[in-house]
Amino acid sequence: MLKISHVSKTFNLGTINEKKALDDISLVLNEGDFVTVIGGNGAGKSTMLNMIAGVYPIDSGIIALDGKDISLESEYKRAEMIGRVFQDPMMGTAADMEIQENLAFANRRGKSRTLKWGIQKEEKAFLKEEVKRLGLGLEERMTNKVGLLSGGQRQALTLLMATLQKPKLLLLDEHTAALDPKTARSVLQLTSEIIEKEHLTAIMVTHNMKDAIAYGNRLIMMHEGRIIYDVKGENKKELKVEDLLRKFEEVSGQEMDNDRMLLA
Amino acid sequence: MEGLLLVIFGAVGQGMIWGIMALGVYITFRMLDFADLTVDGSFATGGCVAALFITLGIDPIVAVFSAAAAGAVAGLVTGFLHTKCQIPAILAGILTQLGLYSINLRIMGRSNLPLLKSDTLIKQTAELLPIEGSLLTSIATIAVGLVFTIIIVALMYWFFGTELGSAIRATGNNENMVRSLGVNTNKTKVLGLMISNALIALSGALVTQSQGYGDVKMGMGAIVIGLASIIIGEMLPGKRTNFALRLCAIIGGSIIYRLIVAGVLKMGLDTDDLKLLTSILIAIALTIPVLAAKHHQKNVYKANNRKIGDWNA
Repeated sequence: MLKISHVSKTFNLGTINEKKALDDISLVLNEGDFVTVIGGNGAGKSTMLNMIAGVYPIDSGIIALDGKDISLESEYKRAEMIGRVFQDPMMGTAADMEIQENLAFANRRGKSRTLKWGIQKEEKAFLKEEVKRLGLGLEERMTNKVGLLSGGQRQALTLLMATLQKPKLLLLDEHTAALDPKTARSVLQLTSEIIEKEHLTAIMVTHNMKDAIAYGNRLIMMHEGRIIYDVKGENKKELKVEDLLRKFEEVSGQEMDNDRMLLA
Repeated sequence: MEGLLLVIFGAVGQGMIWGIMALGVYITFRMLDFADLTVDGSFATGGCVAALFITLGIDPIVAVFSAAAAGAVAGLVTGFLHTKCQIPAILAGILTQLGLYSINLRIMGRSNLPLLKSDTLIKQTAELLPIEGSLLTSIATIAVGLVFTIIIVALMYWFFGTELGSAIRATGNNENMVRSLGVNTNKTKVLGLMISNALIALSGALVTQSQGYGDVKMGMGAIVIGLASIIIGEMLPGKRTNFALRLCAIIGGSIIYRLIVAGVLKMGLDTDDLKLLTSILIAIALTIPVLAAKHHQKNVYKANNRKIGDWNA
């Protein structure tokens, strides 16, 4: 489904702030794969997602989605095939627009925007049913401005918006990191349900090792712009947090020094 | 009495045709969140194109729509400079505005072009009206303004409810989201700028016909007048009103602005001081809500603390 081969990216090339963010990354995802990604700060996790989504251009390598080379395509073009949820709950929704307007806008992902009315009558009922699935009671507030919602509600809504039109690939960039533990748990649960029900191919970056182990069928660990560990299937199921810590020290020659990851 | 009516009717008429410019500013300033300074240039461009066409004997209606098209091109240039050349919004607008000054001079071939002997929309409308007297021109201007305003408000209400219009609104709200949902934000921005400047130039074309001449300097300060109309207009209705009403309120704001101007001129203010007065008025209008919020917060604090009693006790 997704094929990344020999992708590299260096920020601020040739200056003292030069930072090798991705170092010859190669990765192949099969259809239906749900990959969790862990790694310390600056390991290149978010950069990898941003490169796949086309936020920044890559320096070298090929990114292909569904057999199509998208390495040089713009962000909005790739968005026709890719759904995204961001770390910042404010980033995925338009605060001054109604809940149903946001959803109707997302429901047209990958379609050209015409002079037809922005939200159709029968569509309203469909969107209401979809929102019911979130179990947040938002179906009664369809004409409320999204700005009135909490971070967790906005994140759940963004998740729904990213998957309304089934994406070939779903990118989740620490999408529960800014939420309180209880809300984070329910958004994560919802994520897992949607991915399973729609048979989505997804990549989820997380700081939480337990979540990385509990969710998905494959786990990769990144360090200094490289993938240092890739485990899937049965092997992943038996994985424990201690195994990941040991693996990290073994491969990187360093101790895991990230409090966020250890405490989680 | 008739003198007063003349002033009021004149102000209402001017408020309506200038209000269309304010609607254009509203698209960039409020919906697209883009501080577009093309306005002063594109307003004059509209006026100059209309003046030229009308003196050439072209139908005034055709002149108005040609002016709007010229405005759209001005918006396209600003949009190009901003999206393709990545020049910051304010600078892109200023560059276009400055360049337009020379273009406007070229269009008319001189800095001022009178329409005394030519047919204008206002004159044509005046002929159709079954009235006579000193108020005739003002009433004709109001009639022209009313027709254009109704059509434009209706078109805007429709357009910004469509998929394409929603994409423009969403771009001003959260560009990142719009891109992540597969829409090219460069396109939505350019389109918004084109529509905005088309309306601004259309307004300039009507103003030219109402004042009876085109002038390269007629756009000076237009952006500030547009902002004043928007700010006054937003004070009119409550917070939760529908889009069409909000647009009408901006026209209302423009009329109120003209009434204020007419009032202070009547009280003996020198026309040369008008721009200073406008600047001060807007600065005050923008400051009042800030001070009011602070004042309110203080009062709430005081009231709540009175319930606590003496903290030192």
